[in-house]
Amino acid sequence: MKLFGINLPAMSSLILWGLLWEVVGQAELTFFVPPLSEVVRTLVTIIGTPSFLSALGETAYAFGMGVFFSILIGVPTGILMGRSRLLDELLLPWVNVFLSAPLTALVPVLMVLFGFGMKSIIITTALFAIWIIILNARTGVRQINRSLVEMARSFGASPLEAFFKVYLWAALPEILGGIRIGIIRAVKGVIIGQLLISIAGFGALFELYSTNFMMAHFWAVLLVLFALAFSISEFLAYLERKVAYYAAVR
Amino acid sequence: MSQIEAFKHAQPVPDDIAVSTRNICKTYGSVEALKDMTLEFPRGQLTSLLGPSGCGKTTLLKIIAGLLPPTSGEVTVNGKPVTGPGPDRAFVFQDFALLPWASVLRNVAFGLELRGVARSEREDIAARYIREVGLGGFEQAYPHELSGGMRQRVGLARALSVDAQVLLMDEPFSAVDEQTRRKFQEDLLSLVQNENKTFIFVTHSIEEAVYVSDQIAILLPRPSRVSEIIRPTGFRQKSADSIRRDPEYLDIVDDIWASLRSYVE
Repeated sequence: MKLFGINLPAMSSLILWGLLWEVVGQAELTFFVPPLSEVVRTLVTIIGTPSFLSALGETAYAFGMGVFFSILIGVPTGILMGRSRLLDELLLPWVNVFLSAPLTALVPVLMVLFGFGMKSIIITTALFAIWIIILNARTGVRQINRSLVEMARSFGASPLEAFFKVYLWAALPEILGGIRIGIIRAVKGVIIGQLLISIAGFGALFELYSTNFMMAHFWAVLLVLFALAFSISEFLAYLERKVAYYAAVR
Repeated sequence: MSQIEAFKHAQPVPDDIAVSTRNICKTYGSVEALKDMTLEFPRGQLTSLLGPSGCGKTTLLKIIAGLLPPTSGEVTVNGKPVTGPGPDRAFVFQDFALLPWASVLRNVAFGLELRGVARSEREDIAARYIREVGLGGFEQAYPHELSGGMRQRVGLARALSVDAQVLLMDEPFSAVDEQTRRKFQEDLLSLVQNENKTFIFVTHSIEEAVYVSDQIAILLPRPSRVSEIIRPTGFRQKSADSIRRDPEYLDIVDDIWASLRSYVE
């Protein structure tokens, strides 16, 4: 973007919003919003502490596992649904229901089924991410050019070869788009899981800081979380752009 | 051209049949796409399936390829009945059907890759056919960097590199521009001459069919059937650029148009 003839670097708007935050904080309008500078100072002091690092580790583990399983199960399921009419008829209603369902309400059920530990948190995370991943993989496969499918068949591809050498790649732009949105949803899932199931990881920190009105600490952890989710999503957007060139010519 | 000369160049109907279709019927629900289609395709020659749109020529080609099952009837390739796609046939697609994420080299080698040929071997073969179709130097290019004509050369090289005896071409030149198409047609003539393969060529262009074919099967729609088999022989031995001025060429083009025009709305 250009302003008064000067080229602004990407995300300059964040500076403006940061300034606004600082002004609101300094004006002491509400104790919920401490100045940004104070939040950043707090961030620096807590970021190396063992409690923060173990919270980061626990959250990253649950998040990583949840995303891993949702991709591992979601992408093949979506591709199979896109290729098989029968599976599609069977599964699509469920995928659509769960995509829009208030999953938070399901968390107590998961606790009963899978206990109060890490397992339930991972499953919650996966449940937040998986549906959009399935749906996007399905869309990606459904719009593969028919002659590409016929090409694979006519040159003698086995179903497995067609899957790994043609369908997966042809649907890659949509699959990556689904994974990107799924990961953003997984961030929500892991925090909700940690808050509701067992007070662990960042969820525990949020709980601790908010009940004790340590708002600078609260915002500092939230900033870290935003930054992590944002970097992952930007990295995937970058991968998406790398494969987007062929989305138009499939 | 004198009668004697014409006779000298005329070839007898070959009895060596590479592909034959017997009583092929194909129905979609109550719609009859193909009815009782019986055709023979001589080995080493190019046969065109020519007809107005909706006459089922592409359907017939896909049945021969094994991509579509016929409702009834039988296709045989070298005497063996077709039950699905097989290594004795290779397909050239109207819209090229290239892998957009793969280089020209991998695309051309893809047929061999699916047949389990080792990487170095299949890339050697692919590189040879890439040069043969005139794409030398573009081995590492990607399809989106190529023009339509060049993409179809990739499709052709892929079909040639698997060394199938039968080449099935589904309107291969309809998506490229007129000048490229003419060059393709000339190249196809020498390909038929040099490669000892059987070509089955679907087209809706009368001039194209007459120009490249040893045998033309005229298909008519509703219900789809073979109305006529034409074997242009008089000018087949002529050089590529004098065919279009040959009186027999022009006569056949006119005749076909006369029989087809009532089916074109």
